[in-house]
Amino acid sequence: MADNQNFHLRIITPDRLFYEGDVDMVEFNTTEGEIGVLPGHIPLTVIVKPGILVITEKDGEKDAALHAGFAEILPEGITILAEIVEWPEEIDAHRAEEALHRAQDRLASKTPETDIARAETALMRAMARIEVLK
Amino acid sequence: MASMRDIKRRKSSIQGTQQITKAMKLVSTVKLQRAKANAERSKVYFESMFDTVNSILSRVGHVEHRYLVPGESPKKAVIVITSNRGLAGGYNSNVIKLVTRHETWQKEDLSIYALGNKGREAFARNGYTVRETLPEVIEDPAYADAMLLSKRLLERFAEGEFGEIYLAYTSFKNTVSHEPKLLRLLPVNREELESSGKEADAIMNFEPEDIEALDMIIPKYITSLIYGAMVEAVASENGARMQAMDSATSNAEEIINDLALKYNRARQGSITQELTEIIAGAEALG
Repeated sequence: MADNQNFHLRIITPDRLFYEGDVDMVEFNTTEGEIGVLPGHIPLTVIVKPGILVITEKDGEKDAALHAGFAEILPEGITILAEIVEWPEEIDAHRAEEALHRAQDRLASKTPETDIARAETALMRAMARIEVLK
Repeated sequence: MASMRDIKRRKSSIQGTQQITKAMKLVSTVKLQRAKANAERSKVYFESMFDTVNSILSRVGHVEHRYLVPGESPKKAVIVITSNRGLAGGYNSNVIKLVTRHETWQKEDLSIYALGNKGREAFARNGYTVRETLPEVIEDPAYADAMLLSKRLLERFAEGEFGEIYLAYTSFKNTVSHEPKLLRLLPVNREELESSGKEADAIMNFEPEDIEALDMIIPKYITSLIYGAMVEAVASENGARMQAMDSATSNAEEIINDLALKYNRARQGSITQELTEIIAGAEALG
């Protein structure tokens, strides 16, 4: 239905325009679960959860780690307002591994003072970073 | 009339000062270019953010959301963005005046979050409660800093410690025009949003539901406001310093010209005097 229609993706962060271009499909993780968005989607605003962002272009796929923000989906395109988003080459694998272990330790040895939500977010971020590097 | 030596000494000291102000002006100009580019880049993000928040608010109608009604506490938190260093003309004092000369605020009710050393010094001197000082944040504004600050403030607001949260900063219009601004962050200023926003998209859907979406988006909105204010303030600071140093340099130029004139007069005076003395001596001999 939308074969000849351009589906425009814009990813904006506070300090740069991360990505702009016409794409075939966009997949990412939201608070309601993972979604894949094709052209002609109903208007929808979703909140981003840490995960992998897959951009399917005409000639291949691009991956990035998307951690926080929200997305405005319209039939003709998506605007993602990302607080944190990284291309694989910007990720320090070593640091991500360390963060992963730290978050796991914190969750394993949790005390009443542990900020579980924060540790879980950290864990998800680290996992997204490592996943996108594979 | 001052002696030639005195005038010469004064002139060279002013020339030294002029060299410093000239160098500072150049440094500010370069920094301004960078800060300006930053401010422009963050504007795109902020505008999209503003539109989205606006469209959600216009859809949910008049809900009693905790971020939309003032807290019961009379206490107010005020984030004040100033510079760490002086020599920027009226830049710092203009922002500080917004808070100290406010018509209805009581000094006792305010907790200052000072971004920048100049603000902290001024408020501490005048007996305000300075709750936090973050001087390093404005050296190089990072979104992560704004996130941490807004998180802390939102927690205090949720706990009921603060009834309202304000932000005082200098907005950057262009290189020569900056305006000190006082903004209410929380509760979110609905009137302002609704009056200046575009017509909302009536068919937008939200996942999760509207109220929950507000819970998650408003903190991001506040963060983007704080971040936007930080980058604009840095641009304004450098703009203000550039102007101040520019006028200092031209003032120095004026004084130097004046002193050069005085010096020449004094020199001519001493020559005339010497001549008179020689002639008088010759006449006496003859």
